[in-house]
Amino acid sequence: MRKSAIDIWVGIFVAIGLLAALFLALKVGNMNAVSFAPTYKISARFDNIGGLKPRAPVKSAGVVVGRIANISFDDKTYQATVVMTIEDTYKFPKDSSAKILTSGLLGEQYIGLEAGGSDDGSDDMLANGEKITQTQSAIVLENLISQFLYNKAADSGQDKGAAK
Amino acid sequence: MTILHQALDLLGDLGFYVRRNLTSLGNAARMFAAVIWRSGFLLKRPRLVSDQILFVGNHSFVIIAISGLFVGFVLGLQGYYTLNRYGSEQALGLLVALSLTRELGPVITALLFAGRAGTSLTAEIGLMKAGEQLSAMEMMAVDPLSRVIAPRLWAGIIAMPILATIFTAVGVMGGYFVGVPLIGVDSGAFWSQMQGGVDLFSDIGNGLVKSMVFGVAVTFIALYQGYEAKPTPEGVSQATTRTVVISSLSVLALDFLLTAMMFSN
Repeated sequence: MRKSAIDIWVGIFVAIGLLAALFLALKVGNMNAVSFAPTYKISARFDNIGGLKPRAPVKSAGVVVGRIANISFDDKTYQATVVMTIEDTYKFPKDSSAKILTSGLLGEQYIGLEAGGSDDGSDDMLANGEKITQTQSAIVLENLISQFLYNKAADSGQDKGAAK
Repeated sequence: MTILHQALDLLGDLGFYVRRNLTSLGNAARMFAAVIWRSGFLLKRPRLVSDQILFVGNHSFVIIAISGLFVGFVLGLQGYYTLNRYGSEQALGLLVALSLTRELGPVITALLFAGRAGTSLTAEIGLMKAGEQLSAMEMMAVDPLSRVIAPRLWAGIIAMPILATIFTAVGVMGGYFVGVPLIGVDSGAFWSQMQGGVDLFSDIGNGLVKSMVFGVAVTFIALYQGYEAKPTPEGVSQATTRTVVISSLSVLALDFLLTAMMFSN
């Protein structure tokens, strides 16, 4: 009978451990974001992906519909190929477009999918392995600044020319 | 001539030192393999393991939970002061949760475990050896490796991840308590930033793997030091000291290796 008391205490200890693990999984970790729903893959080419990372979200209208599976460099076209896994429940027309966006001024980058116009009939929806042709690259801050400075310089040059 | 002799003497010392350490490393590896090999017997008598879990696990629970709480408190305070400078105190939850799940949870639990349970395992085994109980068992054809060492090793391997999980969970609650009700970080932002940044497999799962590795290392070092202790009061006390030193150092070194392997990309 002495043994069974020990077993109860050990059982309590293990149960507390399991509760703690459950707390970590549900409250601390993103258990909800780990979905085992069936997915399909689509890819897109970008001239510049900026700071996009694998596992970044793919959002449409701000709702997460998938994640980025992998990013590679294509040395034929000198573009970046981004493969995304989209949840099976969400279908997009073939003429949808993909943009690389930033959440907030300094936040993480994600892909925004914008549905195209031809959403009648299911035969012209994007299927597994297909490509999005209309893409828009990430905005690189340095390019913006240099463009701004260049314009400014051009403007002041023109002003001087007009004054003469 | 005497200089040459002295140099040879020094070289001999070095060689002896290296050979002795290599021998004890080899002995430890052989003993580890033997313990694992002979622990199938425990499936027939799981009571032996649960007795030891009560000893190394339950009795370490209070110190682990209280340390976790205070580490969480301190992380909350320090994290807030640093993040406040950059105006991003909403990320406090993420900071507390990531540092606890990835590093502090497994490492501090392992260090405390070495001090709380490892030392008493070493002293217990060492005194058994000094009192010739282990030899007596061998005389009665009871294998001390499978009857004494194996249950304690498995208890450590099982208890350590549980303790680390409890430490992390209590620490997150401590960070929440300091961050949200005391300092006034927004509760929703605290949890949502945390859930957005902590990954179930790569952060929580890898922390759990770390704590299992530490459990094997700390428990085995403690048992080996006890088993190989000189059977004198002095020998047992030296072995206990060595347990704490060696297991703390190897936990920190293993942590570096595991971190480099797990989170390198």
